[in-house]
Amino acid sequence: MTAAVHLQDVVKRYGSVTAIHGVSLTIADNEFFTLLGPSGCGKTTLLRMIAGFEAVTAGEIRLFGDDIARLDPNHRPVNTVFQHYALFPHMSVIDNVAFGLKMQGIDLAARRTRAGKMLEMVHLSHFADRMPAQLSGGQQQRVALARALAPAPKVLLLDEPLSALDLKLRQAMRVELKTLQQETGITFIFVTHDQEEALTMSDRIAVMSEGRVQQVGSARDIYETPDNRFVADFIGETNLLEVDVHSVTDGRASMTLPGGHPLTCPSASATPGRHALSIRPERVTIAATGELKATVDRVVYLGTDLQVLSRLADGSPFTIRLQNAARTTIPEAGATIGLHLEEGAARLLAD
Amino acid sequence: MAGGDDSWRPLARPLLIPIWVVIGVFSLLPVLLMAVYSFLTKEFRGGVEWDFTLAAYDQFFVTRGLFGDEPAQIEWTYITIFWRSIWQALICTALCLLIGFPTAWFIATRPAQSRGIWLFLITIPYWVNLLIRTVSLKFLIRDNGPLNEGLMAIGLITEPLPLVNTNLAVQLGLFYSYLPFMVLPIYAAVERYNFALSEAAADLYASRWTTLREIVLPVVKPGMIAGCILVFVPALGAFLAPDLLGGAKTFMIGSLIDEQFKGSQGNWPFGAAASMILMTLVLIVLVFYARAASREGAA
Repeated sequence: MTAAVHLQDVVKRYGSVTAIHGVSLTIADNEFFTLLGPSGCGKTTLLRMIAGFEAVTAGEIRLFGDDIARLDPNHRPVNTVFQHYALFPHMSVIDNVAFGLKMQGIDLAARRTRAGKMLEMVHLSHFADRMPAQLSGGQQQRVALARALAPAPKVLLLDEPLSALDLKLRQAMRVELKTLQQETGITFIFVTHDQEEALTMSDRIAVMSEGRVQQVGSARDIYETPDNRFVADFIGETNLLEVDVHSVTDGRASMTLPGGHPLTCPSASATPGRHALSIRPERVTIAATGELKATVDRVVYLGTDLQVLSRLADGSPFTIRLQNAARTTIPEAGATIGLHLEEGAARLLAD
Repeated sequence: MAGGDDSWRPLARPLLIPIWVVIGVFSLLPVLLMAVYSFLTKEFRGGVEWDFTLAAYDQFFVTRGLFGDEPAQIEWTYITIFWRSIWQALICTALCLLIGFPTAWFIATRPAQSRGIWLFLITIPYWVNLLIRTVSLKFLIRDNGPLNEGLMAIGLITEPLPLVNTNLAVQLGLFYSYLPFMVLPIYAAVERYNFALSEAAADLYASRWTTLREIVLPVVKPGMIAGCILVFVPALGAFLAPDLLGGAKTFMIGSLIDEQFKGSQGNWPFGAAASMILMTLVLIVLVFYARAASREGAA
């Protein structure tokens, strides 16, 4: 099967500054694919190169096999939902939605019908004759979505479309977007800096930093088995510890934690030496029998959870996350606690 | 704002008095004076006598022959001057729009720090008196001026082009005088234009020309209309360019009115009447425009 979008060694340079360092990605048909990263990581630039708003300095962009890297945006069968919607202020909602169809030369009756259907899909049928300025942010967002979907693109590009909405609306739109993607069967390429958005909606996520793709995988992959320090740190909360690996046998690495505590954890490719170890706070339990000792600094109440901020014997900070259940015993500040690491809780990082 | 202190409210009216005085003294009163003067009788040394008459309007529209004893007919002299003025002002507006839009677009799309320099370059000639600039223009285009001599030197023409005292020269003067009034409001509109709209249009398969026609022009239209009004209205009443660059055949309303108030040959009531007619004409145009605009806004 041909990939919906295939990027091959895509480079973007602005003068002497390199924004994208040879990115290669393959995005499957019908996939909800997310480019996730902090601001300035190049995710939006990459999306804009797929849309055609930025020229590629080098590399190929293939859309269902055809190289589109040198086409103007109006010749690329992809559509974009813009961060601030970019609705045409002088056109009614229905005219906005029908604009792409009009440009494709579809006759008035047909494009009205199709645009009407699109508005129905985003639950805005009765707003068809309003002007964009008369709509709320959430409604404008859905008009932008309907407008981009109306020409039935093969690939839909979404540039942080939810970032301007308030929390409740954002959460509702996540579900709506995901449903829409599944119903239409269109490939979505979604750009966001919000990891929760990425984790909840995406089939696969590419984590980006400094113009490079750090890791590509499902939400579970990148959360549970981060490849490197950046991914482990950027996705969710984690405890990053400097460890000394002294031997690797049968796919298990033996190491010493800061403070001298010994630990073994599965690792396919680790080499002896100094490495970063990631331990997720929620994969640690407090147990009197725990051999790894820590001193509690503070307990932070988060509602559903409790965050225990503590220090290991050598002073390195270590966070534990406890569920706020009835049977949970809350440690006191200053107390020494024993920590128990579940199997697989610790992951040795490549760098 | 909501629920704020309302104690300033009783002061609002007294505080507005200076503004009403300014509007009254500098806008309403002069117009009123002119309206009154247009109905007075001409005095020989260029003043007025306080006798009500329609003579000025009659002189403008009606002729009864050289000695005033023939049957009344439509007087075409002044209507022709008006018509020429409107035509010249329209051409000037169109030219300014044609050149002004790309200029404004160019400036508005430069990096923020260099826009100021470009705007400065546009306005810098306007620090010199308009009279001086118009006279200079005449020197440039006269028979033995640099333009004609240059063209003859490179052998493009053998005889100097007769430019001075033509409609073309007047048009050149008008265009040169009013171009910035077109550039500046369009610049302001283009600077506010959200270029993501052009990207959105391109994303939805619009070509560059279609994007310009369907998105850019409608969105920056208010700036273009403001520019057109700012050029058309003063161009219609201009008198320096037609006076200095034109001749008898290129006479415009501005010069006609100007003459009525000069020396003892003048005719104040007639000048006032011509001004009133000109103002009425401009107002009619503006009202039609405002109506069309509000109808469009409502649709």
